[in-house]
Amino acid sequence: MSHHELNARRLLCPMPVIRAQKFIESLSAGDTLDVVCTDPGAKNDIPAWCRIHGHRILEMKTVERDIIITIEVGPRAP
Amino acid sequence: MTQQRKAVALISGGLDSMLATKVVLDLGIHVEGINFYTGFCVEGHTHAIRNKHQARPKRNNALWVAEQLGIKLHIIEVIEEYKNVVLNPKHGYGQHMNPCLDCKGFMVRKAHEWITENGFDFIVTGEVMGQRPMSQRRDTMPVVARESGANDLLLRPLCAKHLAPTRPEREGWIDREKLLDFHGRSRKPQIALAAKYGLNDYAQPAGGCCFLTNEQYSHKLTDLFAARGKRDYELDDIMLLKVGRHLRPRPNFKVIVGREEGENNYLEGYRHQFTHLRTVSHSGPLALVDGDASDADLELAAQIVARYSQGREANQVSVSITRVGETARIVEVVPFAQDAVPQEWHV
Repeated sequence: MSHHELNARRLLCPMPVIRAQKFIESLSAGDTLDVVCTDPGAKNDIPAWCRIHGHRILEMKTVERDIIITIEVGPRAP
Repeated sequence: MTQQRKAVALISGGLDSMLATKVVLDLGIHVEGINFYTGFCVEGHTHAIRNKHQARPKRNNALWVAEQLGIKLHIIEVIEEYKNVVLNPKHGYGQHMNPCLDCKGFMVRKAHEWITENGFDFIVTGEVMGQRPMSQRRDTMPVVARESGANDLLLRPLCAKHLAPTRPEREGWIDREKLLDFHGRSRKPQIALAAKYGLNDYAQPAGGCCFLTNEQYSHKLTDLFAARGKRDYELDDIMLLKVGRHLRPRPNFKVIVGREEGENNYLEGYRHQFTHLRTVSHSGPLALVDGDASDADLELAAQIVARYSQGREANQVSVSITRVGETARIVEVVPFAQDAVPQEWHV
């Protein structure tokens, strides 16, 4: 299990989702990823994308202008 | 055992692609969605920059549709590749800078590449014959199928009965009789089908899903090309065209003035790339200067920014001007009177 961080600041949705999708392709089930973004839309879109792809949101917090969404990568589809 | 057939559906986030996907899902096909991000997409968060739109749901409609249908959605960035569609459309533009026919052909071609790489069998779109004046006509729908290379692997379930049978129909992967015969610009059949499926919270954007169909946006894009002396753009250029009030007082520079807090916050992110101005003596907007502006030009820009600040009625307003990599300098300016900003400066 490894932990990673993705800087998606200043990107408007759906770019944070696209970057997260791309990053997660290289990760394994159980790995975690902090997506750091500034578009409030990501608070809806990243969880929605995770739900339909079987990943889990562990935490979502706001630190000053940053929105940090922690994702646990789910198992790969067969 | 019958082979499980798989389709990819182009999901825009609107009703038609949602219904087309639902029809195919109900015929036992495994469907996943695909959505291409061109940079010109009208999606919730571009609007969400502006506070006045905060009552709207801040959702990506394509993701929302996928979730409602219980399918995966692959969002693919095509910004660079899409430039050629915008800049050199073989079939020309629609009413504004919208290259709809080339765009549809491009997206179906990308979907065709995707199904080839991912072992899927065919492509589904929500096109309805006669619905759109450029890309969804009896004579242009075959052009999309042909020029995309998808040919008979492109299924349009909502109007399939007006078209020749595709391979999924001929091979019996799906029952053609269960497909539909929608035609024309009326939305009634779609609304009735949505009601039958129990769908009632769907997006129906008036101008479609693309900024290029918007007259004001297209005008700003044309102005950008003219000012730069070349037809080209970067993602930041086309994003900034969606934000703020754009004024071009001189051919060599343009001022982008935030209209409200949400836009000011967004423009903040570009301060390190652009000369920027902000009122100091009064509260007011953040403004970026795009182009090569002299000190005199920047004082003119400061008068414009003062015009849109709380000091618009004051005799004098202090404005900080910061060039990239330099420290801010303060200028005192007389704000433009409301009617003194020439209309032709507004892009």
